[in-house]
Amino acid sequence: MGAGAYKHHVPATVDHLIQRSEFLTSYTPYQPEISQGTLQTIFEFQTQVAGLTSMDAANASMYDGSTATVEAVAMAHRITKRRKAILSGGLHPHYTEVVGTYSAMSGDAVVVLPPDVFAAENLAGVVGDETACVVVQSPDLFGNLRDLSGAAATCHAKGALLIAVFTEVVSLGLVKPPGAMGADIVAGEGQSIGNRLNFGGPYVGLFATKSKYLRQMPGRLCGETVDASGRRGFVLTLSTREQHIRPDKATSNICTNSGLASLAFTIHMSLLGDAGLRRLARVNHANAVALADRLAAVKGVKVLNETFFNEFTIKIAGDAAEVVHRMAEQGVLGGVPASRLLPDKGLDDLILAASTEINTDADRVTYAKTLQGNLSC
Amino acid sequence: MLMQQKFDPQAVGTEAPVAKTFTGSRGLETEEGLIFETGRPENTGVDLDEPLPFKHRLGSLERQEPAGLPGLSEPETMPHYVRLSRLNYAIDAGIYPLGSCTMKHNPRLNESMVRLPGFADIHPLQPQSTVQGALELIAELAHWLMVMTGMDAVAMSPRAGAHGEACGMMAIKAAIAAKGEDQARKIVLVPGSAHGTNPASAAGAGFEVRTVPARADGTLDPAEVMRRLGPDAAAIMLTNPNTCELFEKDVVEIAALVHEAGAYFYCDGANFNAIMSKTRPGDLGVDAMHINLHKTFSTPHGGGGPGAGPVVLSSRLAPFAPVPFLRRDKGGFHLVEHKSEAPDSLGRIAAFHGQMGMFVRAFAYMLSHGADGLRQAAEDAVLSANYVRACLKDLCPDHSETGFACMRFCST
Repeated sequence: MGAGAYKHHVPATVDHLIQRSEFLTSYTPYQPEISQGTLQTIFEFQTQVAGLTSMDAANASMYDGSTATVEAVAMAHRITKRRKAILSGGLHPHYTEVVGTYSAMSGDAVVVLPPDVFAAENLAGVVGDETACVVVQSPDLFGNLRDLSGAAATCHAKGALLIAVFTEVVSLGLVKPPGAMGADIVAGEGQSIGNRLNFGGPYVGLFATKSKYLRQMPGRLCGETVDASGRRGFVLTLSTREQHIRPDKATSNICTNSGLASLAFTIHMSLLGDAGLRRLARVNHANAVALADRLAAVKGVKVLNETFFNEFTIKIAGDAAEVVHRMAEQGVLGGVPASRLLPDKGLDDLILAASTEINTDADRVTYAKTLQGNLSC
Repeated sequence: MLMQQKFDPQAVGTEAPVAKTFTGSRGLETEEGLIFETGRPENTGVDLDEPLPFKHRLGSLERQEPAGLPGLSEPETMPHYVRLSRLNYAIDAGIYPLGSCTMKHNPRLNESMVRLPGFADIHPLQPQSTVQGALELIAELAHWLMVMTGMDAVAMSPRAGAHGEACGMMAIKAAIAAKGEDQARKIVLVPGSAHGTNPASAAGAGFEVRTVPARADGTLDPAEVMRRLGPDAAAIMLTNPNTCELFEKDVVEIAALVHEAGAYFYCDGANFNAIMSKTRPGDLGVDAMHINLHKTFSTPHGGGGPGAGPVVLSSRLAPFAPVPFLRRDKGGFHLVEHKSEAPDSLGRIAAFHGQMGMFVRAFAYMLSHGADGLRQAAEDAVLSANYVRACLKDLCPDHSETGFACMRFCST
């Protein structure tokens, strides 16, 4: 199962380290003299996120991917001094709804494009001179990989910003990063690295941007400095952006973020490194390709994606929600029916299926068999 | 940790240069390298076999440039992060007399419970028939939060206190809009002593912030509030006990004034620890209040999160609560996930259903303490704070007229 949350293996080291009292029960690092441990791990986290996304700078984390996306939209409004966001039809519907809620409150305009199962939407026709930003997810909700270069060019030609979103951070080990495709702001979900499913939270929102937009970035930012005797130390920096300095002019109201979940991310990512992440991503992709091939061979099932990373969409002969419910009764989690996230959109026969490194060939055989047994053909 | 400045015995007593005074502070004496200095991108500490050859489905979008992330072996990772952890001070290491947040003991029972696979390894979009236990836990925690606060509803999805504030202010905005007054009521009153998130949350929800000055003793004067309450007033945001550690003694009168003016009363519950089981915000006239589970209900601060900020709502605001929320019918618990099923709802404020990991910890804390234990935690916290205050009397003059502080220490 995927669609914004993914079950991955988390090395035991991670959980042992984050349960150390000095990390678990420490306060927000407002006092650098007693928080160098937390501050240095935040610095490492930010550097990892910037490298992964191929952006200049990242913050100390947001609550999750959806709220990071809201913050990215608000930031684009501040930078462009425009107040209209265009949301791709491949964006996770929860993310779309959250942006809609916040924008309704602040009186900003939102254009939500219709569900885009085949990544075929044309942005050039909808981006105008009043557009502040376009939000595009890749891999998208339906699993498609999107080349964001075209969207970036379209945005920049109209003075708008491109916000790139991802829900599966492991994909960045194998897929071209948003920074290499012209994204101005990147907002993503980091749960897959270091964090368990936890029924939806706590997760860790990743947020990165170009250096020229640094002062408009929300949330905490940790920087390297030297102390009175010239030794290296770390501090929270550019705090004038934050709510505790100029409250009603702040870039965001965020205070508490995802501290310990971002530490878990950092430790797991330190264990992986480039080589480990790439291999993890390759195993995910290989398993998803194997699953797609197996499902494509089932009568009444069609795999819709040309490209994907570790999740994709299948069209089945039957009602997806009912089929998934019956599969659960037989002890098999059969993926996410698209109608769970997008009810009443005529997508009742679609299932979002995912496979990660934890799934075996035996799992895939069971999935295909159980699915076949519940189809009406 | 190493001292880098070498001691030179030759220099002593002879013609030593005038030395700068050394403060003796070792606070920033860090010598732990960054992973970018010690790790190498070609190394990894995670064992995973390369997959068998397969045909990729990435199209033309394969990553070309590496991310430049260093990899550490497990024996390098452990000491690196253990050494870093030792540069932190934490509640487990000693007293944490902090004024702006409750820092209290975090029982390890909470940590055991949250790692049960039935909570930690379930996917938020599994069929609801397979997660009834998790939904029941959320429902039960929600029930007790409502009982303890004397409120009619609770929105469980906010991710932290500031997110809860935003949620509460959005509920107020939705309620005002439902009455057709959203063009008229734009002003939110905030005391000068408010936590920075209050005005930021109000501004984020599209309100204009106006500051109310406090009295010399640090509390709010109802007369000052009344002078600013007009037909343009949407709400007041008040912290009780306030950020000066004082109980707001005129809170009931202020609530009545606010309601009379057709506005709403948002209470910042960051300091609920001091009044838990003693006072119910619902009885004081509060319309919305967030509860920081990572403060009052002892889920760990974790060096700045993650938290959880459920918002309790009065009957006036309950219809506008965000989705998702829980309904119980004969088939069990059912998540209402879409605004189409709840037209008055203000909408969705985050993906999925809330901070489950924090709910489990808070519920474990609640159950292991019981009503009497929670009351005692509040009493001990206030008693401890006043004991320290008395001990410090000669050193720090007391500005409080009421003579009672509620500084948030905790003994549990």
